[in-house]
Amino acid sequence: MNLGGGQVVNKQSMMPGSSGGSWKSSGTSGGGGDGGVPDQFPSGLRVLVVDDDSTCLMILEKMLRHCKYEVTKCNRAEVALSFLRENKNGFDVVISDVHMPDMDGFKLLEHIGLEMDLPVIMMSADDSKSVVMKGVTHGACDYLIKPVRIEALRNIWQHVVRKRKHEWKDFDPSASADEHKQSEEPDYSSSANEGHNWKNTKRRKDEDDEADERDESSSLKKLRVVWSVELHQQFVAAVNQLGIDKAVPKKILELMNVPGLTRENVASHLQKYRLYLRRLSGSQHPGGMNGGFMGGPDAGYGSISSLNGLDLQALAASGQLGQLPPQSLATLQAAALDRSNNAKSTISVPVIDQRNIFSFENPKSRYPEVQSQHLTNNNSSKQINLLHGIPTNMEPKQFVSLHQSGQHSLGSMNNLVLIQMGGQSQIHVHSQSQTQSQAQSNVNTHNGLRSNEMLPRGGVVDMAPTVYNPVVSVSQASPLVNFSMNHKTDSCGTSYPLGGSLGISSLPTASSALQGDGNLDTKIPRKGIVPSYDIFNDLNQNRDWGLPDVGLTFDQSQHTIQSGLDASNPLLLQHNRSSGRDLGGQNRNLTSDKVVLSPGFESRIHHNGSNVGQPRNVYVKTENDIDGSCHNTLYSEQYGQDDLLAAILKQQQQEGVGPEDEFVFDGYALDDLPV
Amino acid sequence: MERNQMHSRIANIRKSLFEQGYLDEQFIQLEELQDNSNPDFVEEVVTLFYRDSARFLYNLDQALEKKPLDFNQLDNLMHQFKGSSTSIGAKKVKIECTQFRNYCNIRNVEGCKRAFQNIKKEYTTLRKKLEVYFQMSRQVGAIETACRPR
Repeated sequence: MNLGGGQVVNKQSMMPGSSGGSWKSSGTSGGGGDGGVPDQFPSGLRVLVVDDDSTCLMILEKMLRHCKYEVTKCNRAEVALSFLRENKNGFDVVISDVHMPDMDGFKLLEHIGLEMDLPVIMMSADDSKSVVMKGVTHGACDYLIKPVRIEALRNIWQHVVRKRKHEWKDFDPSASADEHKQSEEPDYSSSANEGHNWKNTKRRKDEDDEADERDESSSLKKLRVVWSVELHQQFVAAVNQLGIDKAVPKKILELMNVPGLTRENVASHLQKYRLYLRRLSGSQHPGGMNGGFMGGPDAGYGSISSLNGLDLQALAASGQLGQLPPQSLATLQAAALDRSNNAKSTISVPVIDQRNIFSFENPKSRYPEVQSQHLTNNNSSKQINLLHGIPTNMEPKQFVSLHQSGQHSLGSMNNLVLIQMGGQSQIHVHSQSQTQSQAQSNVNTHNGLRSNEMLPRGGVVDMAPTVYNPVVSVSQASPLVNFSMNHKTDSCGTSYPLGGSLGISSLPTASSALQGDGNLDTKIPRKGIVPSYDIFNDLNQNRDWGLPDVGLTFDQSQHTIQSGLDASNPLLLQHNRSSGRDLGGQNRNLTSDKVVLSPGFESRIHHNGSNVGQPRNVYVKTENDIDGSCHNTLYSEQYGQDDLLAAILKQQQQEGVGPEDEFVFDGYALDDLPV
Repeated sequence: MERNQMHSRIANIRKSLFEQGYLDEQFIQLEELQDNSNPDFVEEVVTLFYRDSARFLYNLDQALEKKPLDFNQLDNLMHQFKGSSTSIGAKKVKIECTQFRNYCNIRNVEGCKRAFQNIKKEYTTLRKKLEVYFQMSRQVGAIETACRPR
């Protein structure tokens, strides 16, 4: 894999400023592999430092210079942004203070993430957990506490490399697969996400498996495979069947039994998928939301299959910064739709401006239509909605119908859908307990479907397959899941940017469709979307998906998710990383307050508030109510976004799930998704 | 030798600054950043700090005159000031800042005002000590340069 890695690493194109004296990650020269960077790397790394305090700025500059980085400093956020805009590839990493008079550091973070997608490191003298959490949920690569020591600055290059790797993967599926694997590992370690460690190891194993094969083929130019919805569904089904942990390209390929598909294609797609899942879970909340999709890392991937449909959405949602490639979203949708609606047919996966799906650029525009769609077509259109990530408030009934029909087909989608639907179907946010249980049951049931796969990342709490009912409609609701990246899409409020949000969003069972709830934290206007990251607050509010609060009684039980949850959105979606979270089949009561997106979450979710009596994460609770109504009350209620996030995060943390550093979903690009 | 005496005096001053808690290890970090290319780095940073932070102190003074006190504003100002102080390693100043913020949080007006007075006191004391320290260091440096064998 080194070979491939090295090559990939050297994708100069990826690296910004490879031309300019930017640090060269010339992997090739370094001998390939992720670490194939030249000896001088990371020197020459171009850093932009933003801090209103001149003293700090001066000190940082000196320290960075000592690390042999190229430093540009500015003390105004606006100035920094214009620097970045003018020199699109002029910087490799940005370090910014949190408290600045002219613009909040988090806002700047969001801007950068959306516009330039550079790794951003936050720093502050404030080390309170909530602020750090906020950094995570907003997508910061790292968070430094002042006074910053030079040692802390020496390693910032890792964030750049990591990001590059992720990007590469999208570009070059064949090569990226390996690279990606490796890059993913660092994610975990750097962010010290405990939960992620296991992932790393797991990835490693897979990598090893594929490394050999990959090496040979990496050099070959692979024919791009168009991952159609059906194909992706097959893929997801295969992955789910095998279990995410054990899903190796070779076996997936065998299971899929698609002529003409090569192992490499599958491998790269898997890579993306994993990344996507990770993002969903990780981005959502720092605490290793990764498990979001799937219940826990262990179980997680396995359940991914079920989540597949959802995951995509979740991923999309978690894409946080809207990076989730539209394709994936589309795929998800397609998948979801297909699944859920075999009968339904109209899944017409709305080829949503795929890019947009994730990016909240126009969430509104998208959503409204989606929502209306699903509102109107609950049954048929529901599916699409799901994909849209619009937390469509799927009416519970709709969900039910969908659910029933599509249950299995959705498989993963269901999960997603469930979540979304859950919201509709009954996410009674208000009655948290109820919803929760419901959601859980919903979720759980969903899980049952899948093989106990975990909860859809997207927060699609693993809806027990059986429970799909509500979820089924999810397909419609898929949009709910707001895969819309949590970015600041205005409209996106619904989208659950974070994987977690999916769960939550999808469960808009009653509540306004968790719509995109992207953020658990964000106070989703009663839309039921609970957690909404701060970022999304705007979004949520703006959302007007046209979906009336569909029953989404998702009362944004913010309380449930305690403020910490900002990031928890991702959590929600994530399958419970917690080991052994096997939500599948269990209605995992999301006792944990956390928005249990994934069935497994239940434990995670700390009941922040109270809602969580049952797994807050409504998501998970699929079983209880699965009958059609997405009880996704899980989502609904609780998660008062903040609470939810907090809960989830807490859980995650407890679980040991390492938060995914990178929320940004940019990486996940289901390549060639026709969608 | 006088030079040696100077050196040891300077070393003692420096040592006492640490022992008495005026400075903490962040200051050492700064010292480590200092090198031949930038031999006065630490002094420059400290000078910059004092210059910049004067503004904060002024604002804080003003804010404390308001009636009623705007604790949020006070807290914000203090947060920034504290961040600066921390970055140069001004330990006692930092401690007083924390006190101030605690009083702010509980909305204790008298406590805030008292803490602020303490801050100013520590701030000024530290400046004087550092000025002496830097001055002597410069002198030693000058002497060394002057006495450098040709």
